[in-house]
Amino acid sequence: MYALGATGFTLIFGVSGVLNLSHGALMVAAAVAAWAANSALSAGNFGGAAVGIMTSLVLSLITYGLIVRPIQKSTAIRNEEREIFILTATLLWGIMIQELIAFFFTNNAKTVLPILVGVVSVLGVRTPRNEIFTALICWLVIGALWLLVNRTRIGKSVLAASMNPRGATLLGVELSRIYVLVWAIYGVLAGIAGVLLGMFLGVSSYSVGPLTASAFTIVVLGGLGSVTGSLLAAFVVGYLETITAYLISPAYRFFPSLFLLLLVMYLRPRGLLGRR
Amino acid sequence: MVFHTSKHKYVQAVVIALSMSGGFAACITPAWAAGKEPLRIAVIAEAQSVAGSSIPGAVQLAADEINAKGGVDGRKIEITTYDNHSSAADSVRAFQRAVSEDHANAVIASYVSEVVLALEPWAARLKTVMITPGAASDVITQNIAKDYDSNKYTFHGYLTSSAMGSLICDAAKDMAVKALKMKSAVIISEDAAWTTPLDDSYQQCLPAAGIKVLDHIRFSPDTTDFTPIYNKVEALKPDVIVTGWSHVGVQPTVQWQSQQVPIPIIGRSSQATNSAFWKDTNGAAEGVIFWDLNGPNVAVTPRSVPFAEAYNKKFGNYPSYCGYTAYDEVYFIAEAAHRAGSLDSDKLVTALEQTDFVGTVGRVQFLPKGDPHVHGLRTGGSGIKGLVMQWQKGKLVTVWPSDLANGQMTFPSFVKLPR
Repeated sequence: MYALGATGFTLIFGVSGVLNLSHGALMVAAAVAAWAANSALSAGNFGGAAVGIMTSLVLSLITYGLIVRPIQKSTAIRNEEREIFILTATLLWGIMIQELIAFFFTNNAKTVLPILVGVVSVLGVRTPRNEIFTALICWLVIGALWLLVNRTRIGKSVLAASMNPRGATLLGVELSRIYVLVWAIYGVLAGIAGVLLGMFLGVSSYSVGPLTASAFTIVVLGGLGSVTGSLLAAFVVGYLETITAYLISPAYRFFPSLFLLLLVMYLRPRGLLGRR
Repeated sequence: MVFHTSKHKYVQAVVIALSMSGGFAACITPAWAAGKEPLRIAVIAEAQSVAGSSIPGAVQLAADEINAKGGVDGRKIEITTYDNHSSAADSVRAFQRAVSEDHANAVIASYVSEVVLALEPWAARLKTVMITPGAASDVITQNIAKDYDSNKYTFHGYLTSSAMGSLICDAAKDMAVKALKMKSAVIISEDAAWTTPLDDSYQQCLPAAGIKVLDHIRFSPDTTDFTPIYNKVEALKPDVIVTGWSHVGVQPTVQWQSQQVPIPIIGRSSQATNSAFWKDTNGAAEGVIFWDLNGPNVAVTPRSVPFAEAYNKKFGNYPSYCGYTAYDEVYFIAEAAHRAGSLDSDKLVTALEQTDFVGTVGRVQFLPKGDPHVHGLRTGGSGIKGLVMQWQKGKLVTVWPSDLANGQMTFPSFVKLPR
């Protein structure tokens, strides 16, 4: 799930150079929308999940169209300041979404209706069926993304745009369409991750900051813009947190991964698999 | 003379006209506008949290009821609400504004102990009555006992954690030990100011009630994954989990149900007291047992059910625990203002100390000066006792004490009870 959340985050950085600090807000919005669709409209577990993913997709496109794109196009902002403007704008946009969620749905945690109920015994460990389903969905979606990027024409255009935007343009790739596509893919990925997280642990408006920080940690650790690096970093962070929670305390689960991030930034600033 | 007569008549006419217009104004204007200052109550609450959101609504409901009956000795009650975003800093700013700019005579503030503890010195500095409808830390009343002259403006309109722990143990003795033959427990509490004295109380009174405490786990309120905690607890094989949850509630409850942890949950769970909890947990609350002061359809006093129904009619859900206490607080502040015959803070304090009011949660009386919990609520005996509720099929069912119970305990199939 960490990998799924961070993959989209690193994809839009790789292609359009945007670090979207409203990432956590999109995930939480997806989960809360799925919860609301089910509790208020009796949309059911699949219906609720679909509403959640759609919400994230729409918010992602709004983020690009109303927040990021105008700054990228603005002639009033100097080029060297553009990135910091986008960082600030997406951060503020995320806070706005967070406050709206708290205002309309309270800041109490919400949980999304699981797709599968009950538990099964895996190697003697009682495991909720929905957790196994969650893991399968995450792998399937990551696999589908890999196929899309590496085995389809449109995916190769995305890859080309991330490596050399000017070269891709010269080859006839329309960058503006690629950007919209990448933000749409990102919206769907963040939506699926948010809905699954809502089923697995539950989320509240307070989750916005930690979720953004978690994705940020993973993509920096993996190497900014490297999808494979993000996948690797997601597993490192996920297992490190789980081991800490079991062996020391759930209260300290974030410390080792943050410490590791600091170490990587000192010793290997480009991240585990980042390009120089 | 003519002139004088004319002048006299002119003055007479003006006086009559003014009298008539005054009389007319008196007819159409409520009595409080005739000259008396309104009784201004400020509400500082966590309007975005499921527990705290009941506070402003309940306060306004009480004020509307009192105003509809003519106010307090002709004074209208005016409510000003401030959303503190669960922040102590925002609360302090709101308190300062309430007193200095909005001229509040009394402040009803927060269900979070950390927030109330931050406001307590400000109530002392600004000499303004403050009552909390939901914070529980014992330190609030201990501060008053330490420095009564400064801190006498603070009143604890909800139970102290130690009193709550003691009442929960009373219930556990009847329900867990006698009815379900439980002998052991693990305490799981969030790490917060209110749970420190609660856990101390649990650790003393549970063994006295016949329940051995196998472990005591405190977790950060930021915790989202409770799997390691439940695994640890399950390995200890306790008969019951005793809780101290307020800032969390939905996530540990949902994970308890989804992971089918076979140990029943009883104790304090503030979020579970609101009727929205069932939807927030998608029904995972089934079987959760918690202690509370009141709940829907429970006639603790003749005021209880009418208030809960009026609240539900107006806001579309039943209030959380601090909604009941906040509602009562407006009434006994109004009574105190009547007794004091003044809105002077010191006179209000003296009048509030004489409170003997049967509210929605029971008989409200404050402990006197000299008591280690001065200005805390009197519990047990003729005071407040509380009750125990359980979520059953989307409804809150009272299961203890027997004179208030409207159902019996039932548990989800994955819960294993002692044989």
